[in-house]
Amino acid sequence: MSDNRLSVFKTYKLYVGGKFPRSESGRVYEVTAKKSATGEAGTGKWLANAPQSSRKDARDAVVAARKAFGGWSGATAYNRGQVLYRVAEMLEGRKEQFVREVADAEGLSKSKAAAVVDAAIDRWVWYAGWTDKIGQVVGGANPVAGPFFNLSTPEPTGVVTVLAPQESSFLGLVSVIAPVIATGNTAVVVASADSPLPALSLGEVLATSDLPGGVVNILSGNTAEIAAPLASHQDVNAIDLTGADAALAKELEIAAADNLKRVVRPQPVDGGSVDWTADPGTHRLTAFLETKTVWHPTGALGASGSSY
Amino acid sequence: MASAFEYAPAPESRSVVDIAPSYGLFIDGEFTEAADGKVFKTVSPSTEEVLSEVAQAGAADVDRAVKAARKAFEKWSALPGSERAKYLFRIARIIQERSRELAVLETLDNGKPIRETRDADLPLVAAHFFYYAGWADKLDHAGYGANPRPLGVAGQVIPWNFPLLMLAWKIAPALATGNTVVLKPAETTPLSALFFADICRQAGLPKGVVNILPGYGDAGAALVAHEDVNKVAFTGSTAVGKAIARQVAGTDKRVTLELGGKGANIVFDDAPIDQAVEGIVTGIFFNQGQVCCAGSRLLVQESVQDELLDSLKRRLSTLRLGDPLDKNTDIGAINSAEQLARITALAETGEAEGAERWSAPCDLPSSGYWFAPTLFTNVTQAHTIARDEIFGPVLSVLSFRTPDEAVAKANNSQYGLSAGIWTEKGSRILAVANKLRAGVVWANTFNKFDPTSPFGGYKESGFGREGGRHGLEAYLDVR
Repeated sequence: MSDNRLSVFKTYKLYVGGKFPRSESGRVYEVTAKKSATGEAGTGKWLANAPQSSRKDARDAVVAARKAFGGWSGATAYNRGQVLYRVAEMLEGRKEQFVREVADAEGLSKSKAAAVVDAAIDRWVWYAGWTDKIGQVVGGANPVAGPFFNLSTPEPTGVVTVLAPQESSFLGLVSVIAPVIATGNTAVVVASADSPLPALSLGEVLATSDLPGGVVNILSGNTAEIAAPLASHQDVNAIDLTGADAALAKELEIAAADNLKRVVRPQPVDGGSVDWTADPGTHRLTAFLETKTVWHPTGALGASGSSY
Repeated sequence: MASAFEYAPAPESRSVVDIAPSYGLFIDGEFTEAADGKVFKTVSPSTEEVLSEVAQAGAADVDRAVKAARKAFEKWSALPGSERAKYLFRIARIIQERSRELAVLETLDNGKPIRETRDADLPLVAAHFFYYAGWADKLDHAGYGANPRPLGVAGQVIPWNFPLLMLAWKIAPALATGNTVVLKPAETTPLSALFFADICRQAGLPKGVVNILPGYGDAGAALVAHEDVNKVAFTGSTAVGKAIARQVAGTDKRVTLELGGKGANIVFDDAPIDQAVEGIVTGIFFNQGQVCCAGSRLLVQESVQDELLDSLKRRLSTLRLGDPLDKNTDIGAINSAEQLARITALAETGEAEGAERWSAPCDLPSSGYWFAPTLFTNVTQAHTIARDEIFGPVLSVLSFRTPDEAVAKANNSQYGLSAGIWTEKGSRILAVANKLRAGVVWANTFNKFDPTSPFGGYKESGFGREGGRHGLEAYLDVR
C-alpha cells in the first residue's frame, strides 16, 4: 500500500432508535486527541467533527427509548443475556479500532488502551451473565404470616438517562450502560463531551449485535445542554449522574425531582478518578430496578376445592 | 337503612388508656418542653374532644434531637447486632403486652375503628419490630456484602393514617441496622408515638437512640434539611415528597419516599362477585379510605358492571359508621377537619365534572368529622376524581372491555403504588400482574400487609421499599 494514500475519514453520527442521524441542529464540534504527555484535552490533533446534540435530539432519543422499552423489558432474560454477549463478540472483532480510539481519547499508550478495551469487553460478558440471575438474587418468596402466596420480583424502572463518565470514555461508558440494559431498561446515553468517539463507535457495534433499535441511544455534545431537558423530561424514569460535576449534578437532581426520577449521584471519589477496573458489584443493576410484590390467597384443599 | 337487625352498642373501654393532659418532646431519653415553649392540642376526630396538649417542636428542638441521636449513634452502632436485636425483641413484646391500650389510644387520636387498630394496626406493629429484631445480628447474610454499615442519624417523617404502624415501619429497620432516629409524627396524631417513647424507656433503650418530635410541617422540613441527618425517610403526600427530593439534591443524604397512590382494583367478568365486593370494600373503605395504597379506582369489566354495582351498593348500605370505639363499627371518623374539607371538595368536583354520586344511606354523628362511604359512576379517565388521590372513602368506578384496556387504564396514572386483580383465571392474574406498573399487586385479595413483604411504589408513588430484606437497604451504606 502506498504511503501517500489518502485515508478515508469517518463521519461520526449519533445513534438513536437504531439509526445513525446527524444532530437535527446541524451542529458539530471539534474532537481532538488527548496528549499523553500533558494530559490536557483539546490540545492534540484533530480527530473528527462530532455531532453537537440539541434538546430536540434528546427528546427524540427519549421517544425512541420509550418505544423500545416494552419489547426489551418483555424479552426473556436469557435473550437479553445473549444480546449482551453478542456485543462482546462484536467488540472482540473490532478491537483494533477501539484501541486506537481509546488511545486517542484518553491519551493512553497502545498497550494501556488495549487493556482498557479488553476490560470493557469482559464487562459486557459479566453483565451478559447477570440478566437471568439478578431476579433470583434480589427477589423471592416472602414468608408472610397468613395463607398467602407472596412473591417479590425486580422489574426495570423504564427509560434511564445515563451521563457517561467524562474521563473513562470507553470502559466507564460500558460500565454504566451495560447494567442499565441488562435488567430490561432502555437508555439515553450522553457520551463524554471531550471524548465521544468511542461511544459513537459503540453505537455501530450495538447496531450489529441484535440489540433492538432504541434500547440504547447515544448522544454527543455539551453534557449540560443535553442533560437538562433529559433531567426534567416527564417520560424519563431515572437518571445516572456519573458524568456530571457537583454543580451540574445538583441542578439536575433538583430537576429530576419533578417526576421523582430515581437518581444515581456521581460516585464520591477521594481525590483522583473512579477506578472503573474495580469489581462492579450489583449496585448499578439494582439502582434501576423496582420491586413488585404480588399477593394471592393460597386457599385450602377442602371438599369444595380451592377457596379464597 | 333502617334494619331489622339493630346492633346494641359494644364500646371498647376507654379506661385501659391513661392520657396525660400534656406531653413534651422526647429527646435524649427525656420528655422536655419545646425551646420556644409552643404547644398544640390534639383532638379526637370522632368527638372533637381535646385529648391532650403536646409540645410543638421547632428548628431548635430538631437540632437538639439530631445532636442527641448523633451522640447515641456511636455506641448504638457499635453494639453487637445480637444486643440490638434483644432491645427490639423487648420492644415487640412490650407492644404486644400493651396492645389493647395502644389500640384504644390510636382509635381515640386517629378516629379509625377499634376493630382495625385491634386487629390490623397493633398486631402488625408488634410483628414489624419482632421481624426486624431478628435481622440485627444477621446483616452479614442479607445480601448487602460483609459487615454492612449503618448510615448514621435517620430523620423520619410519618403520616397520620397509620401513626404507630408507620412509626414501626420506620424505626424497626433503622434500629436493627444500627442507625439512631429522630422521628416526627403527624400533628393530628402525636400520641401513640409519645406512648412509644415510654415503651423505649421500659425496654431500657439507650438514651438518644430514639427521639420523638411532635410538630407540624416546619419541624419536618427542618429535620429533612438538617445537615447532620444522613438518611431521610418520608411517608406522605407526593407534593411533599418532591420537595424533599429537591431539598436533598446535591447532598450525601439517602432518601426513601413512600407517597401517594391511585390504586386500580380490576374486576374481570369471571370473578366471584361476592368476594370481589368484599375486596373492593376493603380496598377503599378500610381506614376510611385514608390509605396510600387504597383501591380508589374500580375498573370493572363492562359485562358485569351492573351486577357488581348492585351488590356493592347493597353491601355499602350495611356498613356501620359511627363511634370508632364501638367494636361493631366499620367506618370511623375522618382524621381531621382539614382532611374532611379536602375529601368534600374533591367529591364536589366529581359531581361538577359530571360524574354520578351515590352515598351509602347512613346518619352522620353531629360532632366530629364524618364522610359517608361514597362511589361515583360515569367517571372518565380525565375526571379529577379518577386522577387525584382523594385519601377518603370515595370510590371512582370505571369500566373496561378487554384485559389490555384494563391494564392501559390502570397504568394511566402518575402513581404506581398498588393494584388489585379479581379473576378466577390464574394465567390472566399473572399476565395482568406482570403488566401493571405498581409496587404491590393484590390478586383476589386487597390491603394485606406483612413485615416480611416489601412495600413501596413505582413512578411518583416514591422509591425504596419498606418491609422484608429489601427494607434493610434503605438504612445501610450500600451502593
